[in-house]
Amino acid sequence: MIVLVTGASGFLGRAVAAELVAAGHEVRTLQRRPSRVAGVTDVLGSITDPARVALAIAGDSSGSAEAVVHLAAKVSLARDPDDFRRVNVEGTRTMLDAAEQAGVSRFVQVSSPSVAHTGSSLAGVGAEPASPEHARGDYARTKAEAELLALARDSAAMRVLAVRPHIVWGPGDTQLIERIVERARRGRVPLLSGGRALIDTTYVDNAASAIVAALHRADAAHGKAYVVTNGEPRPVADLLAGICLAAGVRPPHLSVPAALGRAAGSLVERIWALPGVAARAGGDEPPMTRFLAEQLSTAHWFDQRETRAALDWAPTVSIDEGLRRLAAHYTPPSAR
Amino acid sequence: MTAAAALPPRDLPGLDPSWSRIVDVPGVGIDAGQTRQWHCLDTADALARAGVPVTSGGLAGTILAVHGNPTWSYLWRSIAAESVRAAAAGEPAWRVVAVDQLEMGYSERTAVHRTLPQRVADLEAFTEALAADGTGLEGPVVTLGHDWGGVISLGWALDHAGRPDAQLAAVALLNTAVHHPAGVPIPSPLRLAGARGVLAASTVATPAFLDTTLALASPPLAPRVRAAYRAPYASADRRRGIGAFVADIPVDAEHESFAELTRIADGVAALEVPALLLWGPNDPVFGDRYLDDLVDRLPHADVHRFEGASHLIAEDRPYASAVLDWLGARLSPVSQASQDEQPAPPVEERAPQAHASRNQAAPDAPDAPDASAPFRPLWHNLDARAGDPATAVIDMTRDRRVSWRQLEAQTRRIAAGLAAMGVARGDRVSLLMQPGPTLTAVLYACLRIGAVVVVADAGLGIKGLTRAVRGTWPDVVIGERLGLTAARTLGWPGIRISAERLPRAAALALGVTTSLHDLAETGAAAELPAEPGPDDDAAILFTSGSTGPAKGVVYTHRQLSALRDVLGAHLEITADTGLVTGFAPFALLGPALGTRSVTPVMDVSAPRTLTATAVAAAVDASDAAIVFLSPAAILNVVDTADALGPAERAALARVRTFLSTGAPISEAMLTAVGELMPNATPHTPYGMTECLLVTDVTLSGIRDAAAAPDTGVCVGTPIEGNTVLVSALDADGVATGEPSAAPGVLGEIVISAPHLKAHYDRLHLTDVAATRDTPSALVEERAAQPHASRDHSPTAQRWHRTGDLGHLDVEGRLWIEGRTQHVIVTAEGPLAPVGPEQDVERADAVRRAAVVGVGPHGLKQAVAVVETVPAATASGLASPEVTAAVRAATAQPLAAVLAVPQLPTDVRHNSKIDRSRLAVWAERALAGSRVGRP
Repeated sequence: MIVLVTGASGFLGRAVAAELVAAGHEVRTLQRRPSRVAGVTDVLGSITDPARVALAIAGDSSGSAEAVVHLAAKVSLARDPDDFRRVNVEGTRTMLDAAEQAGVSRFVQVSSPSVAHTGSSLAGVGAEPASPEHARGDYARTKAEAELLALARDSAAMRVLAVRPHIVWGPGDTQLIERIVERARRGRVPLLSGGRALIDTTYVDNAASAIVAALHRADAAHGKAYVVTNGEPRPVADLLAGICLAAGVRPPHLSVPAALGRAAGSLVERIWALPGVAARAGGDEPPMTRFLAEQLSTAHWFDQRETRAALDWAPTVSIDEGLRRLAAHYTPPSAR
Repeated sequence: MTAAAALPPRDLPGLDPSWSRIVDVPGVGIDAGQTRQWHCLDTADALARAGVPVTSGGLAGTILAVHGNPTWSYLWRSIAAESVRAAAAGEPAWRVVAVDQLEMGYSERTAVHRTLPQRVADLEAFTEALAADGTGLEGPVVTLGHDWGGVISLGWALDHAGRPDAQLAAVALLNTAVHHPAGVPIPSPLRLAGARGVLAASTVATPAFLDTTLALASPPLAPRVRAAYRAPYASADRRRGIGAFVADIPVDAEHESFAELTRIADGVAALEVPALLLWGPNDPVFGDRYLDDLVDRLPHADVHRFEGASHLIAEDRPYASAVLDWLGARLSPVSQASQDEQPAPPVEERAPQAHASRNQAAPDAPDAPDASAPFRPLWHNLDARAGDPATAVIDMTRDRRVSWRQLEAQTRRIAAGLAAMGVARGDRVSLLMQPGPTLTAVLYACLRIGAVVVVADAGLGIKGLTRAVRGTWPDVVIGERLGLTAARTLGWPGIRISAERLPRAAALALGVTTSLHDLAETGAAAELPAEPGPDDDAAILFTSGSTGPAKGVVYTHRQLSALRDVLGAHLEITADTGLVTGFAPFALLGPALGTRSVTPVMDVSAPRTLTATAVAAAVDASDAAIVFLSPAAILNVVDTADALGPAERAALARVRTFLSTGAPISEAMLTAVGELMPNATPHTPYGMTECLLVTDVTLSGIRDAAAAPDTGVCVGTPIEGNTVLVSALDADGVATGEPSAAPGVLGEIVISAPHLKAHYDRLHLTDVAATRDTPSALVEERAAQPHASRDHSPTAQRWHRTGDLGHLDVEGRLWIEGRTQHVIVTAEGPLAPVGPEQDVERADAVRRAAVVGVGPHGLKQAVAVVETVPAATASGLASPEVTAAVRAATAQPLAAVLAVPQLPTDVRHNSKIDRSRLAVWAERALAGSRVGRP
């Protein structure tokens, strides 16, 4: 099968593209920078550019893509709201239009459990419908809209399904792991509520294999969204400690009451939004956003039974094994 | 003012408008010559719509439901709904006819003054009218009444009980009363409402009485439900019936309704149909006093007290399913179908048997092993050693020694004294005394005259004790000053007898009728009554309350004697043995076993006060070969062993058998106590209040078991005469498997023993649950069929579901793995907590552990909550090091490891971890909520 993967230069996109190549598919990718995945054909460009999107789907001599795995998205936690809408909503619409026109038969929308997370504690829930009205923050809101958009296009001709991997991590992750490690080095990871909130996470290989499984099972599983996790909820502090230990830095220990953390996150977020503040502070994101504070202080773990049955999939790398691989990644070759 | 009947509004929650109908009833008595309009609920049409033929062939029968004051037929909406649902699902079809009494609900307001006899006649006229218009009560009829509706329904029942059509099949009652004892003031809420002036104001002019009654619901009524109850009583005119009802309460013999109430009260005692009493004990009006009165009149009744429920029990608890299930069990379809061919209805046939014993939940059959052996009452050995000057009982705390001769004489005198003052067979006597010779004498005296001994120890706490005493409603309380003070201040029922002689003023202040001393003096000259029968109730012991409110467990004389014989045979106890007992139930068995018994210096309600020195002194004083201790006591005895001198150690070295009684203890603890008694074989039997000895294992047995691959606590093999089976858990974590002896199957432990309890006290639903799908439940079903053989086959054993979780191994040993309510149902299936707890406790940093589940049922995540070494100062996540060590210690995946300064345990044993409470705490903690200590 010829498969187009968008966002293949990202942490998860790269893993998905590699997994598809390994499964014997002909893989084409679309993103602004080279994917650096062996065995794929890169098309460079943005998903907001209809011409590049059409070209990526049509391909050259080898033929038009039969399937699309759409990962490209704006994920940063606190930047210009219009950026989120342009990439996440309009970009997805462009992808769907082009895929429909080109006769693509399978479309996997990679989404996020945050599209249905209203900020309250979740324990053992399934994939609730995406809710742009209730989702917290620009990222979640626009991803929720995108998912609804995609699932609405599900048809006999083009099978659409959404996969929502929850907190993907692993070696080489710059989004989460690097930031945690970096902040832990600077002693800047407060533990909300003592880090007791039980959360689900997904080791990157498991997220990639679930997305590939979704592509393979599209005929039976289409029209729905599936939350994907390792199925091993852990307290936030456990995970952070595991990651820090793997990276050889001291685990966080400072505990902040959750409500205070959320309030502080909200305040910092607003100050950061003032012109020039972020740049003066070094151009990074705010140390904590309200969204992140909620993510780290309330339980959110999921019922994986339907996902596993529908996708005929199970994770193969446990959290402990993932942490071992992470530790190996951080250990200099000479010390191994 | 008068008003015609009407239909209720169509939007009342839970009430299907299609049930409502208006019936024209030709009046009787003061209504003679007039037609009265009644509103009633009638599910006949609803059943017909559900495809159930509403004829005698298609119906199991009709439930005639009568509300009280100030409610209306809305009270019965759930049994209407539930019965239609059950019938539609193919279960026996019961039609429900629930009236609004005249002047009440949506029935006619007639402005006529109605007395109790008039109301009973009114109900009769109503059912006659139904018969006349072709919708008469079909098939067997069950009356169901609440509050004063209970009295009126019984009036109807009595009028039908003797009829040749034998339509009356059963009676069911929710909080009601048929008799008010002379000399006892009527309950204060009614006294107040009935007072002149207050009556009209509180019941009619304002909705105060109505609202007060509705406020009794616990949990509170939903606003829409409360509004529905109030709907027909919106104005003072419409409330006139409420006031009239209160005014009709026969407060004394002068009252115009007194004669009818007396007729009903007396008549009830002659009712032989099955009876069900469902009770909310927190009712400020119809409290336990009235339940006890009804139980005396209907000794065959099945009784269930819903602990915590109040007057509006129909709102507070699932009474509808309780009534329908009970009807299903008591009036089986088999007997209904064959009704026509029987000369007498099957319910009548069963009645004599039912009447003969209160033992309804389990057949009153003698157990097979005992059937051939001659029955020896518990006091047999006491009688046998009547003249013996040797020591029978030693009380180390009070430094008293009592010989067999003294004990027998004192027991006989107290027995005769109790009988002389009117305490009769079946009367309940609550004993609020510390163990010692006096308690021993009183206990055997009560047993000898057939009084039922209620033993609730102070370990229950004052709240639990009050609940226990009120729940059993003793006729007599015998206590020491402390117990009597509690009885007086907390208003416990029963005639009070003081254990010691009190100064006149004190006796008066405590409301004490007499003292044991005076009683014995009277008894010296009095005759002993006839002995009770082996199948009469003998004692009620209370469970620890570690799993919900403490339950009363009823034993018959035969079962207590069986306990004595099993214990004696298992431990080879002879007259010379001697027992040191720091554990209440066993402390009292010495005289029954015919050997001397000693209680060491301790506060029995606080077993942790027992020291090694005190045990050594007790052994030395009695030359006892056997020592019984509770697990909590053992802990302290081991902790205080350093204080022992050489002579004391020498005394302990003479002990040959040591038992931990109450809960299984660890090998390490048993080893430690074994070192104190180097020549003793340490045993740790498994049992419970319902069956004190089920299995037994010795220290060497535990060491052998350590090599087995099984998880859990090995409690050994069943003691001779006992049977242990396992009812397997299904995927949903419920013990639905047929009880079996197959090894390696995780499930609920199901037991049978000659000394197993008879049943729970006034907890019919609990009895049903405890014998569900056991061989004894099958025997019950057989017995319910017509012509069922009365001679029970040798397989007719009594069985009990223990609520404990575990499995049998290939060698027939039992392993305990927790409680059934602590099963953690994960996505991978049910998990028992004890196995992983034992793994975790092997980690060096862990002192004690509990494994509980968080998350939704079927998707639980296992979590370990641990006490660490050194102890945590605050509750929260364990350190990364402890977490890693705990995870490494078990193959069970753990979502989190939490550390707490101390795990919550139940008060009585101080050893059983309260996993239910911990699970709730862990759930909150891991949701990120703010939490304190568990």
